[in-house]
Amino acid sequence: MLRVFSAEWIKLRRPTLLLGTLLSVGGLVAMVTSFIFLLIDSPSGNGDRGQVITREMLALPSGLSLTFAQSAGLLGLAALCVFAAQTAQEYTYGTLRNILVRQPARMKVLAGKHLAISLFALILVSFSAIIGLGLSVLLAARVNVSTDAWFTSDAISNTTNSFLNVMFATVAYGTIGMVLGLLLRSPISAISIGVIWILIVESLLVAVRSSFGKYLPGAQLSNIGQGGSIDLSYSYSMQYSLIFLALAATITAILFKRRDVAN
Amino acid sequence: MSNEAISVKDLSKKYGDRYALSHANFQVPLGTICGFVGPNGAGKTTTIRMLLGLITPTGGSGKVLDISISQPEKYLSFIGAMIEGPAFYPALTGSQNLRVLAKTGGFSINKIQSLLELVGLGDRAGSKYKTYSLGMKQRLGIAAALLPNPKVLILDEPTNGLDPAGIQEIRELLRKLADDGITVFVSSHLLSELEMISEYLVMLREGEVIFSGKTKDLLASTQPVIKVKTEHESDLKIVLEIAQLAGHASIIRGDEIFITADEKYGSELNKSAFSRGITLSAITPLRPSLEETFFEMTNQESEGQL
Repeated sequence: MLRVFSAEWIKLRRPTLLLGTLLSVGGLVAMVTSFIFLLIDSPSGNGDRGQVITREMLALPSGLSLTFAQSAGLLGLAALCVFAAQTAQEYTYGTLRNILVRQPARMKVLAGKHLAISLFALILVSFSAIIGLGLSVLLAARVNVSTDAWFTSDAISNTTNSFLNVMFATVAYGTIGMVLGLLLRSPISAISIGVIWILIVESLLVAVRSSFGKYLPGAQLSNIGQGGSIDLSYSYSMQYSLIFLALAATITAILFKRRDVAN
Repeated sequence: MSNEAISVKDLSKKYGDRYALSHANFQVPLGTICGFVGPNGAGKTTTIRMLLGLITPTGGSGKVLDISISQPEKYLSFIGAMIEGPAFYPALTGSQNLRVLAKTGGFSINKIQSLLELVGLGDRAGSKYKTYSLGMKQRLGIAAALLPNPKVLILDEPTNGLDPAGIQEIRELLRKLADDGITVFVSSHLLSELEMISEYLVMLREGEVIFSGKTKDLLASTQPVIKVKTEHESDLKIVLEIAQLAGHASIIRGDEIFITADEKYGSELNKSAFSRGITLSAITPLRPSLEETFFEMTNQESEGQL
């Protein structure tokens, strides 16, 4: 597994992929953070889907990581794309057959690959956290948000939890991307179906009936990233996500292990 | 340990109602170069994929280095392979691509540069794979196959896209590898190339093995032919009659007659023709090439390549 991990990392550390993804994601997190602070007095809201995030909310110990947590969905989508592309391209390039000849234990291939892309996700989330938290501190003074509570032990604890939640959500989104990549064996199909499902289908379903949100994986992962909400508890989302991921990963792993590699 | 690098017994692969490979039986002795030939769709790549554990047989069994093909993890570290042409990551350099495979297989990365030099890519090691020509990609595939210091090398169409000089280099490389004791199992459309280097042959047609054994035995088993030219083209029909009356199948093609007969019949024919006042301007015994033999066995029209 570690051999596959280190081989995979040769592909992932390419400057165009690593730096390109970091810059894109960093830019998006900076944009989300800037919107939340700079539109704080906007009557149409400054958060996701018209949500209003007030100065008082930002001044809480959880305020420091609030903007970063709001970016969980974006980070998740980036991870979904990277995981799906890195997996499905092995089929389109025909490189999977080379890998399996050099490492016939298919579960080790899958585990090593997942571990490597998860490390990539960790770098992505860490970089985003630095951008999100750093920018929050810079912008707070500009819009008169009190930062007294941001440097307390409560704030550190909140920020750590936020980081872990966003990290979990990002890897989980990525795992869904990997599952789609293995099932569809085409990067374009895997990414488009994943992104369309999470951005459009889930939003439409929730718009039609808000209770559908309880059964949608993307909604649960976004909720975990934000540490839970009034509508959906954190523990429910975590349980649902773990069961969903375990089922999806098991089915895909069995298929990957048994399926002939004919391309 | 047996003397066979590869052996398969009743090996089959069925997709729906169609056999991609049907009850194949053949052996490849250790340390030889074995050609693997057959038209497109004959089952060559299916067989190679089964030997490499990429697809599961529907029936039968096989062994590579005396280990069952149901346990590929036990022998693949001794196998070098290039299946259905080279396949690498376009955005990585040649050297990085080999590094990925070396790391995956747990092989030393120190030999990467020497392997690239061996296949003539030493000065392009740092170029991205997507900038390589087809011939360079093919060479990289061969370098990748050599990464594990293989005991058996399985190559699917290694000379595709190479120019004549490149084909000769690969031929020499394969010979050298076989001299070093490596068994080479190579499929190719270029039968003339295989004839030059293969001591053994496995021939497939529509998923069935139609020949497996020594190349010289296959060529010796085919009927010899003599090609005859007459001084005057108008005499061709008379010579044809003489040969046919002597019981030899004959045919006129252009200004020549092709007679299915042993080389010795040439002098007899010359005497008979002379007695009828005909002068033969040339009598050439022909040894059927592998290509002609192949087309005869597979009942296909020869077009120079499969």
